[in-house]
Amino acid sequence: MKEPHNKPGYTDQSLIRNFCIIAHIDHGKSTVADRILQLSGIVPEREMHDRFLDRMDIEQERGITIKSQAVRVPWTFDGTEYTLGMIDTPGHVDFTYEVSRALAACEGAVLLVDATQGIEAQTLSNLYMAIDHDLAIIPVLNKIDLPSAEPEKHAEEIAGLIGCEPSEVLRVSGKTGEGVADLLDQIVMDVPAPHGDPEAPARALIFDSVYDSYRGIVTYIRMEDGELHSREKVHMMGIGMTHEPIEIGVISPDMTPTKALGAGEVGYIITGAKDVSQSKVGDTLTSAVRPASDPLPGYRDPKPMVYSGLFPVDNAQFPELREALDKLKLNDAALVYTPETSVALGFGFRCGFLGLLHMEIVSERLSREFGLDLIQTAPNVTYEVTGEDGTVHHVTNPSEFPEGKIKRIVEPMVAADIILPKEFIGAVMDLCQENRGQMGTMEYISTDRVEMHYRMPLAEIVFDFFDQLKSRTKGYASLDYHEDGEQSADLVKVDILIQGDRVDAFSAIVHRDKAYSYGVMMTKKLRELIPRQQFEIPIQAAIGSRIIARETIRALRKDVLAKCYGGDITRKRKLLEKQKAGKKRMKMLGHVEVPQEAFIAALSTDEPTDRDTKDKIRAAQKKEG
Amino acid sequence: MTYEIYVHVPFCLRRCGYCDFNTYTAADLGGGASRGNYANMAIREMELTRRWQETRGIDEPAASTVFFGGGTPTILSADDLVTMLDAVRRIWGLAPGAEITTEANPDTVNEYYIGRLAEGGFTRISFGMQSAVPHVLRTLDRTHTPANVEAGVRAADAAGPRTSVDLLYGAPGERLDDWRTSVETAIGLGVNHISAYALTVEPTTKMGRRIAAGTLPKPDDDDEAAKYEIADDLFSKAGLEWYEVSNWARAGYESRHNLGYWRNVDWAGIGPGAHSHYNACVDAGARPPLTRALSEKLTGGETASAQPKEQITGMNALRAWDISHPRMWGTAINEGRVPWGGSEEITPHENLEELIMLGLRIREGLDLNRLNRAIASSSDTDADGSSRLKPIDPTQLKPMVDEGLITLTRGSGGVGTDGVHAIPTRKGRLLNDAVIERLFDLIGV
Repeated sequence: MKEPHNKPGYTDQSLIRNFCIIAHIDHGKSTVADRILQLSGIVPEREMHDRFLDRMDIEQERGITIKSQAVRVPWTFDGTEYTLGMIDTPGHVDFTYEVSRALAACEGAVLLVDATQGIEAQTLSNLYMAIDHDLAIIPVLNKIDLPSAEPEKHAEEIAGLIGCEPSEVLRVSGKTGEGVADLLDQIVMDVPAPHGDPEAPARALIFDSVYDSYRGIVTYIRMEDGELHSREKVHMMGIGMTHEPIEIGVISPDMTPTKALGAGEVGYIITGAKDVSQSKVGDTLTSAVRPASDPLPGYRDPKPMVYSGLFPVDNAQFPELREALDKLKLNDAALVYTPETSVALGFGFRCGFLGLLHMEIVSERLSREFGLDLIQTAPNVTYEVTGEDGTVHHVTNPSEFPEGKIKRIVEPMVAADIILPKEFIGAVMDLCQENRGQMGTMEYISTDRVEMHYRMPLAEIVFDFFDQLKSRTKGYASLDYHEDGEQSADLVKVDILIQGDRVDAFSAIVHRDKAYSYGVMMTKKLRELIPRQQFEIPIQAAIGSRIIARETIRALRKDVLAKCYGGDITRKRKLLEKQKAGKKRMKMLGHVEVPQEAFIAALSTDEPTDRDTKDKIRAAQKKEG
Repeated sequence: MTYEIYVHVPFCLRRCGYCDFNTYTAADLGGGASRGNYANMAIREMELTRRWQETRGIDEPAASTVFFGGGTPTILSADDLVTMLDAVRRIWGLAPGAEITTEANPDTVNEYYIGRLAEGGFTRISFGMQSAVPHVLRTLDRTHTPANVEAGVRAADAAGPRTSVDLLYGAPGERLDDWRTSVETAIGLGVNHISAYALTVEPTTKMGRRIAAGTLPKPDDDDEAAKYEIADDLFSKAGLEWYEVSNWARAGYESRHNLGYWRNVDWAGIGPGAHSHYNACVDAGARPPLTRALSEKLTGGETASAQPKEQITGMNALRAWDISHPRMWGTAINEGRVPWGGSEEITPHENLEELIMLGLRIREGLDLNRLNRAIASSSDTDADGSSRLKPIDPTQLKPMVDEGLITLTRGSGGVGTDGVHAIPTRKGRLLNDAVIERLFDLIGV
């Protein structure tokens, strides 16, 4: 392995190029990044494994990068060794803020687009963000080795978007390595060198912070001004904490301690921070001995957008759930949770997430890494509900919805950008309309693809919008959204009553127009899922005290086995033992036994497709109208 | 202790579409278990069984009942049935006034046949009537006509044995009125005993497959409950009182053999697939040796060569079942071994469960004193933590009484005990599983 010439802490800014790669999931970012590591010589061929940068299992399986990392890569161009800081960015809409911090740590961005698919909505949104940060953009088409690649077409699309010539769009294959060396040369030529003040008090931007079970909190920083030395006390300007550094260093490609980090360099610092909330993304790190006076711009706290209840199927697992969340929190400053008690589901936690993917990742990690069997309630956004007396409630859970007359409900809105092939325009317009979307503009980004802009309630997006969008466009549409203020809306809380008792876990806040379909679907689903019992069980949906839908589970009249002679006794006994075991997995709601599966299935979202459900929804609406 | 013999005859003229019993339509299945040789094989099994009982210290009294079931026992000659009964008499003896029953397909018997059975000592004939309605009989693949049943019953009346008929309700396409017709026709025969069973659809049968495929409607629990109530009303009006969930009789005409199952007595099952039950068996886990290869072949490696699951602590109950296939069964007998395909040692805990589920099926009810004795002995002897079991106090059953599921009676007739008995009401009979589960919950099994 070749030893780089430029040493950390002693590398002139003119030799440094910091860049990130903007790409959509599956467009091959990690493969190209791996290839870069390999070409630079810092990862020997035999140690190369796919996706070197993505370390978490789930990331690898899902093909997405949740957390960014930063690698110091040597690259010789025209006889001079340059030091490239390659910063990996999260690829998903939920992590927009983290992406923006990663972009702020760079002077250039490689726009990597799959030559078989073209640019996607999230990529475009990140691209615009990079342009806003004044980054040099290097457009690249990947996967040109594939027979289905259409480099000409997509080069034109990109050229139209960033205002370059189609011929300036580089063509690479992460798989074969073709064009990757040219890309590195281009980075050296196009990406500006950093221009911080090496003599000023140290200022470093924290663009990522992760928990490592061996090292504790590892904080990734980009030095703007000055220098930081090992064993020099550091101060977090945003949260106002001072830490004793245990180690500073660079990643190349493993963590390598160094004596110092200088202006323009990218590296890491390990302090005694207990969890990532003591070392937050976006914060400015300075020397405690010679502190800077002003922090770098742009720091803010991550704000949860989506809430959901997580309950252990077996309530005895509650302490384990708490422990697991505490552990995840070490690595995830955006995750918030408070204990919650549900009449139906027992003890659990109300959790706040950045978005749907974040929510999915957390619940998947809880079940996979911690072996927890969980019930998750339907996702909820934050509503601002004003009662008639003028009291304002922030409702993140239907159970917090105030009783009585409501003066006003305000819900969060998002601006949604959707890129899709033009033949699906009609289908997507319908979908957005059904979800209370207000159409904005629409542009053709190429001859057959358009970008549509909608303003929509976040609540509609978090329900099942994305799945619907994918299914109605055969998977071709991509979606990006960001906060866009709020609006007041005619929302109601729909309760589900089993035998007259409200089951909190099934309550939902929905638009008045959708209350009927929610009520009908939920009551029907529960009628199918709850076994017949010795008494009749009415299942109702209600807005306040007004019933809007009703199903009845008739009383069980017979469960006896007709014959029980000598040869039937063993079989019958085993059957009873099996039923007894099944009962243990039932939740008691009042006197009604409800199988666990009913909660899981009833809380999953799907469209009303059968005629009976549609008829019932129409009938309920008509009665109302 | 009461001792009974059950003889299974695994042959039928044809297989009915709803039937999943262990029965075969071929006349000769090999292994010596042909129809013609069947009685000989069954008698050899009786002899092997008697020898096994002696080695296990089981000293059974003379049999108080013998029951020939199937299949179709009457597919064999009357002489064959009588010969097998003679063998029981020779090997174990018959108690005075023993009840000797055979099931009979109305198509296979006539007055001579029944006369021969009566001479040979049979006291009771149970006819498979199923229905009096032709379209229902067709759905059930039954070939007999209602007239055949009547002829059989009359022949028995003339020859002496008591009679019973079996009815089946809930066949696809059977209307409530069809069922009423069947019930009234059965009552009209003047029999003193009637069994009425809800059709149980087994997925592996022809009917089960047709229902799964949607070409036959699925039986409906509510329809069956309504039919049960019709039967119960009409039978009791005619003087036939229920004494078990699916059985009605005039007083004194109950099937003593079947009551034995629900009272959990000892019985030896003879014939392919027949189950045996012994309440107290020294070293119950030990079974007659089979060669390993044969036992695996016979049972699919099930239990034959496996060690008993739990540590044996003295005398436990044992249930064993014969190899199902007649040829394999015959091979085992020819090799001189009791032809068991599997067995289970019934732990005190399981015994308790059986006591409850069987006791709650019958009119004499569940004897709470007997139950509490079983709970105490289960707690003494069970090593699996079941000492947490709680004895039952009758006041705990009050909610179930209030819900109309059971009644509580002191000293019910028939068993000579004076404890409180829990007896299912009609509602409790229909919701028998629910009642059983509630008792399991109370005791903590």
